[in-house]
Amino acid sequence: MNRPNHAASDGRRRRNDWIFILSLLLVVSLAGLALFFLRGVGDTVIVTVDGVIYGTYPLDRDITVEIRTGDEEQNRNVLVIREGKARVEEATCPDGICAAHKPISREGESIVCLPHRVVITVHAENGDQEPDIIA
Amino acid sequence: MRHTSRKLAYLGLCTAVALILAYVEVLLPPLYSAVPGIKLGLSNIAIIFVLYRYGVRHAAVVSFVRIAVVSILFGNPMTFAYSAAGAALSLLVMAILRRMDVLSTVGVSVAGGVFHNVGQILMAMWLLGTAELGYYLIVLAITGTVSGIFVGLCGGMAVKRIPMRNI
Repeated sequence: MNRPNHAASDGRRRRNDWIFILSLLLVVSLAGLALFFLRGVGDTVIVTVDGVIYGTYPLDRDITVEIRTGDEEQNRNVLVIREGKARVEEATCPDGICAAHKPISREGESIVCLPHRVVITVHAENGDQEPDIIA
Repeated sequence: MRHTSRKLAYLGLCTAVALILAYVEVLLPPLYSAVPGIKLGLSNIAIIFVLYRYGVRHAAVVSFVRIAVVSILFGNPMTFAYSAAGAALSLLVMAILRRMDVLSTVGVSVAGGVFHNVGQILMAMWLLGTAELGYYLIVLAITGTVSGIFVGLCGGMAVKRIPMRNI
């Protein structure tokens, strides 16, 4: 149909595909490695619901918190902190993704429950305590 | 006029194919449930086909109808918000790359897959008011690339093998 005049050949496009895909993977893995090594172990867990802080809990104290959300508090996520790691033990959300997430302890790691709009994030207290809020 | 109604019928057919592919994907077990948003994106095969055959405007309409119907059938209003953000950004990037004509459907589809994830994450950041979600993008970009290669190969074959006169 209306192909531009400078149309590349099939072989050239395929070569460009590889260059594009490999550089994409390279950039992403470098970013991943940088993030993994740059962030240290956190010491505080901040729970936000709809972007509003619900509670702040230290990672070094074992605790079980029932996060109740929704108009009639019908939504439930059970946050458990044990041995310096936080995880969601059980949840009433339909997908159960938050409960399947591995325990988190490193700075910046988070467990997200999209259906209940709950975000659990690890922070380092000596850093900035305020979670980044995007308006 | 005959030409237009013919085209309309084929676009409807493409929308139906996109919906069936989305349904097939719902039936598949989740690949890695710890990170939400990992998907094969099979219905993007149909979107790529429409993009290459009919152009970006028709692809946008097919994509929008697909998301609306999938959200009504399998999701909720939140699903719609995430999918719409992902699909809009993804289609925009794919249309630009197709215009530039330097990549095959595989490269275009990989970019589309990754930017679908970018759109979803941005929407989630906005709705949930947290920037921490950006970390998920690392994982999603890699899985999006892998599934994008598969989708791009399928889409390319469809564009090549379904004859012009038929559709």
